[in-house]
Amino acid sequence: MTRWLRNHVITLFGILALAYMTLPNIVVLVFSFNNPNGKFNYTWNEFSLDAWKDPFGVAGIKDSLITSLEIAFLSTLIATALGTAIAFALGRYRFRGRGFTNTLLFLPMSMPEVVMGASLGTLFLNMRINFGFWTILIAHVMFCLSFVVVAVKARVLGMDPKLEEAAQDLYASPTQTFLRVTLPIAAPGIGAGALLAFSLSFDDFVITNFNSGDTVTFPMFVWGAAQRGTPPQINVIGSAMFFIAVAVVIVGQVRTNRKAKRPAS
Amino acid sequence: MSALAHTGGSSGGGDDLKEPPKRGRWVPYALLAPGMIWLVVFFLIPMLVQGGTSLQTGGLEKGYEFSWHWATYADAFEQYYPQFLRSFGYAAAATVLCLVIGYPLAYAIAFKAGRWRGVWLVLVIAPFFTSFLVRTLAWKTILADNGVVVDVLNKLHFTDVTALLGLTEGDRVLATPLAVICGLTYNFLPFMVLPLYASLERIDGRLHEAAGDLYADPRTTFRKVTFPLSLPGVVSGTLLTFIPASGDYVNAAWLGSPDTGMAGNVIQTQFLRVLDYPTAAALSFILMLAIVLMVSAYIRKAGTEELV
Repeated sequence: MTRWLRNHVITLFGILALAYMTLPNIVVLVFSFNNPNGKFNYTWNEFSLDAWKDPFGVAGIKDSLITSLEIAFLSTLIATALGTAIAFALGRYRFRGRGFTNTLLFLPMSMPEVVMGASLGTLFLNMRINFGFWTILIAHVMFCLSFVVVAVKARVLGMDPKLEEAAQDLYASPTQTFLRVTLPIAAPGIGAGALLAFSLSFDDFVITNFNSGDTVTFPMFVWGAAQRGTPPQINVIGSAMFFIAVAVVIVGQVRTNRKAKRPAS
Repeated sequence: MSALAHTGGSSGGGDDLKEPPKRGRWVPYALLAPGMIWLVVFFLIPMLVQGGTSLQTGGLEKGYEFSWHWATYADAFEQYYPQFLRSFGYAAAATVLCLVIGYPLAYAIAFKAGRWRGVWLVLVIAPFFTSFLVRTLAWKTILADNGVVVDVLNKLHFTDVTALLGLTEGDRVLATPLAVICGLTYNFLPFMVLPLYASLERIDGRLHEAAGDLYADPRTTFRKVTFPLSLPGVVSGTLLTFIPASGDYVNAAWLGSPDTGMAGNVIQTQFLRVLDYPTAAALSFILMLAIVLMVSAYIRKAGTEELV
């Protein structure tokens, strides 16, 4: 028994750590079935399906969700395009200014969000630009960009240059080579970068808080609700997000497994 | 720090990179330009503008004027140094806790999980899929007064110990520094686990066998082989946890009390509620400077190529 314990103590500790990390998600899910006694959904009262039956039954929650989805979609599109281009430049070419480029990409990832949010907000204030949808979009592209570069660059660096040379030898034009060979190989990296950008943008609160004006994203809605009262609908949407994301991960995993099993064509 | 030098050379190799074609010297710059311009305009320039704003004087009605007003810094620092101390103190405590919790977890995933490795990794990342604000709110329920967790901690006299350390008051956990540190640890734990796992997973299993063949017991093997090779992960995990934790204000606002405010809380209040932009800018500039100093010391050791 003691021997078994000694062999598995790290595994047991790991499971405990995972439990610590998963506990809040379980609480969020359980409390989505609560019928809170009062405005705040912090203590258990009674079981109810009301929030799940009417997930948008709170003023403003649906609009905030739509705004968040719009911003996440657009900022993912822009950040993925710009970030992929940077990743190709870094992964493919020698050029002057590499150090500066790397530093400028690293800094946003290493800066506390509150600093980035406050300084960008200060810029908009000084330029007398009104806060709203577009300022949030600009901010989100800014902080998602570096993460896309990291994801795509790893893939570009791992690419075998011989494949492109082979395409060229077979008389493929540069455009054909790029569209038929380079892009498909880089696609998983680009996809990973895009997914990362989407989830970062969708979940961002701190930077958004400084640049949103009257525009309310879903995290801004939750922040406001924490002061006014937290309807269980927040938990419903939080749990639904969780299940959707898990489904996306599982589908993606199954697809890559199937691809790996198929003989290379 | 030979371990750092080791990973510095292992990837990002510049050897495979090609010289752009003679006619197309502009190609890499054309690829870089749109994204880099975005970062210069909306990241770099705001940092400088913020420096300028911090030296302005004036008010909301009169407007602000640039006047080399260094006193803002002195005032801000004098008035808010407790928040800065708390920021770095709480962040340091959370980072240590993340390391203590995260290292065994990363180790278990890398060496003990076997074919369940993928599942463990998904379980580390999956909680992230629920909005972090919603998950942080859940801690209000978990740590609630008279809740199960707090009752158990009281029965075990854990809260007596933390009260002695000044981390809790009475038999409450919510609205104390302990709750803030607990929330920070929870929020940034994956940032510690993932880099740790990445560097542990890269370790060649044959090194462990070799250590065993040379009569090292498991403890010595860990101390002399595994841990030194995982140092790059420890360093980047520590940075990735400490930096965002020191700037966070959600945990302090929701799980803490007015006495647990951190630097982020002050910046937020000055910027969005008091509308005292020069003070907000000065505070954020101080926070940025402290972080940049720490990060650049790190970059000098590890090199940027490895980090980006």
